[in-house]
Amino acid sequence: MLRDRLQLTGTKYGCGEGQCGACTVLLDGRAVRSCRIELSAAAGKQVTTIEGLERDGRLHPVQAAFLEAEAFQCGYCTPGMIVAAVALLTAEPNPSPEEIAARLAGNLCRCGTYSRIVAAVQLAARAMRQGPAR
Amino acid sequence: MTPESELERELREHDAAARLHWFDVDRRGFLKTLGGGLLVCLCAPAAPAQAPAGESGRDGLGRDLPRELAAWLHIGEDGRVTVFTGKVEMGQNIRTSLAQQVAEELRLPVDAILMVMGDTGLTPWDAGTFGSRTTPTMAPRLRAAAATAREALLDLAAQRLQAPRASLVADGGRVTDPATRQAVGYGELARQLSKAAVMPPGQGAPLTPVAEWKIAGTPVAKVGGRDFVTGGHRYTSDLVRPGMMHGKVLRPAGFQATLASLDTARAAQMPGVKIVRDGDFVGAVGPDAGTAQRAIEALGARWQVPPQPSNRELFDYLKQHAEAGDSDDAHVVGAVEQAAAAAEIKLAQTYTVDYIAHAPLEPRAAVAEWDGAGLTVWTGTQRPFAVRDELAEVLRLPAGQVRVIVPDTGSAYGGKHTADAAVEAARLARAAGKPVKLVWTREEELTWAYFRPAGVIEVRSAARADGTLVAWELHNYNSGSSAIGTPYEVANQRIQFHPAHSPLRQGSYRGLAATANHFARESHMDELAHAAGIEPLQFRLQNLANPRLRAVLTAAAEKFGWGRRKPGPGAGFGIAGGTEKGSFVATCAEVEVEAGGSVRLRRVVEAFECGAVVNPNGLRNQVEGAVVQAIGGALFEAVQFENGRILNARFAKYRLPRFTDVPPIEVVILDRRDLPSAGAGETPIVGLAPAVANAIFAATGVRLRGLPLAPYGVPRFQPQGKAAVS
Repeated sequence: MLRDRLQLTGTKYGCGEGQCGACTVLLDGRAVRSCRIELSAAAGKQVTTIEGLERDGRLHPVQAAFLEAEAFQCGYCTPGMIVAAVALLTAEPNPSPEEIAARLAGNLCRCGTYSRIVAAVQLAARAMRQGPAR
Repeated sequence: MTPESELERELREHDAAARLHWFDVDRRGFLKTLGGGLLVCLCAPAAPAQAPAGESGRDGLGRDLPRELAAWLHIGEDGRVTVFTGKVEMGQNIRTSLAQQVAEELRLPVDAILMVMGDTGLTPWDAGTFGSRTTPTMAPRLRAAAATAREALLDLAAQRLQAPRASLVADGGRVTDPATRQAVGYGELARQLSKAAVMPPGQGAPLTPVAEWKIAGTPVAKVGGRDFVTGGHRYTSDLVRPGMMHGKVLRPAGFQATLASLDTARAAQMPGVKIVRDGDFVGAVGPDAGTAQRAIEALGARWQVPPQPSNRELFDYLKQHAEAGDSDDAHVVGAVEQAAAAAEIKLAQTYTVDYIAHAPLEPRAAVAEWDGAGLTVWTGTQRPFAVRDELAEVLRLPAGQVRVIVPDTGSAYGGKHTADAAVEAARLARAAGKPVKLVWTREEELTWAYFRPAGVIEVRSAARADGTLVAWELHNYNSGSSAIGTPYEVANQRIQFHPAHSPLRQGSYRGLAATANHFARESHMDELAHAAGIEPLQFRLQNLANPRLRAVLTAAAEKFGWGRRKPGPGAGFGIAGGTEKGSFVATCAEVEVEAGGSVRLRRVVEAFECGAVVNPNGLRNQVEGAVVQAIGGALFEAVQFENGRILNARFAKYRLPRFTDVPPIEVVILDRRDLPSAGAGETPIVGLAPAVANAIFAATGVRLRGLPLAPYGVPRFQPQGKAAVS
């Protein structure tokens, strides 16, 4: 639905079994695997994809932090990682590296940029605590 | 080894063992579209007589290769610089590192350079993006092209400004005469040329010395990075074409299967669905992927699958199905038997590696579109020109009527050399009369792609009581010959690769067999050190002359605190080092083996040296990523199969490294600005597995000789002072 009908192709297909996190979207602010969600389960709820994070040409702090830390290589996992990290920081504004690793362990980065992603999430956490509320 | 024979070997090992399918570009028009301006063409070096292979005229299979240009660089009348190369970007960051080196020579910011990559309709022929060859081979050519263009601009500017050429300064897109402060832009100079000036790279155009690099050698941000964090980048699987349909292919019930019967009636009646059949190739085209998939499931297909070996008897099978091996193929120095007979320490061990999957997060995908001029296919591949040729061959078209375009790809790691999805999409699109997109499922990717070869490696060695290595014999069955030699000083050697019949389709994987051969060699060196009673790092250094390998071993050990720190209870340290493709690596690992035998990596230090560093941030990213990828193959990744079926073709069953598997990784880069830059995408992967195996031995006394080492924990492990845990 998201990719083929709405052409919101930032949300990626990676496995279709909820194991890789490439298709992560926010459903009423919670990170879910869109490949496992029936359309009916999303009825009446707010769905946020990677495309919805940028506002007026300004990157979300998590996007900006991923860019600054260059927390990607091929970039295919990046939208799902960023969306999952947004949900994480909403629930826990000041996570430790261990908490970040545990909370994002359902997202795969085959290029192996995990340590940079942890650093990016910490960078974003600092920016969001200091910056204006969005 | 000459560059030609190295490429020949690369192509041979990189060619997937089997195709999944059974069954001259006119550039003048393109040159017209470029309009005027300055064009530098890099001619491929003339083929020497009886050239063995590769870029000199023939590929490893003896097919004629086009003798074409290696790259083009164009400066338009608007001053825009466009570089055309057949290399592709798949996360290894060459779009950035190549642009940096062009920018350096042209004295321009990186964002002034547009890299057109991996488009067979626009870029010169290229063998493919593999073997860590972009940095050592493509980058020097682009630097030469850019330097040639810069010198040509200076020539033009000297005429235009009536100024002494030697005093002119090219910088920031302008050539300036410091005496008069007159300046003229690159585009304006290019406009003076009535048509594209084709010139070979001048021998005289001086390259900027590495010591003077201002843009190259710095951590320039990834080109196009913003598109990756917004989801804006369009991978192949994101592309949409007008009227596009979606395709699915009927997969056989197993490898080597034949179609016994097929009933298409029910599927063919589904609205909007077209069933395509051509022998054993059966596919469905529908308005969306779900409909096409339901049509495939509605096909009543019966397959006959012949009995085939399983992973349980894999290593016996490979030994039994190995080519005897021509002794001419062996690398022989001195007399191994005699030397071993006189030595005090003798050791013989066998090491194994399983098949593993690349599992790129973007699976194989292609969009194919036919029009009056021929076929265009967008697909993520490392070898766009090979894919073009395969499409032309199987679809019986002239190569000039096939265009392959590679969007920057969701990774490959050596796993996307073939035309699988491209051919399928093209066949479906031809039958449907509409553009067709085909995206492999994860299960298809983990079944019908090819795997890193499994292998058996036998090592026999001998050393004197003082630890001097005197004999080294290594036989590698099936996994490959990359890094099969030893960098240590051994007077008597016999080293041989034995190809074998592989029960699974196999092909290249990041680093090729260098991972397997390093695992065997560096594990065995550790075993020899313990047999000799010599500390493992000391044992390596005392048998090692190569200064670059000594330097990385020493640097990794220093950073790790090797010899200064003591492992805690249940923990152990391991070290390994090696070299391949002109770069050098050493890895130290700390592991902890828990009471139940499960292995936790606690810390990794890796020292890496690949000559002059082009982009230190990109390089660190590559080295860290290679270490993470190596964790999977070292500890738990293995393809399980039986009777032509893959038993773990899902991420729930095929375990990949995740956040929680990754320890702190410290990377030490040795920047040798006095040495040419070598590629860095592969060799950083080879050190981890033996370092971990050696650390597990240090922690437990259990020597593990098979990759993956401990998918279910360390076997036979009895923690001291505790009851065994069932």
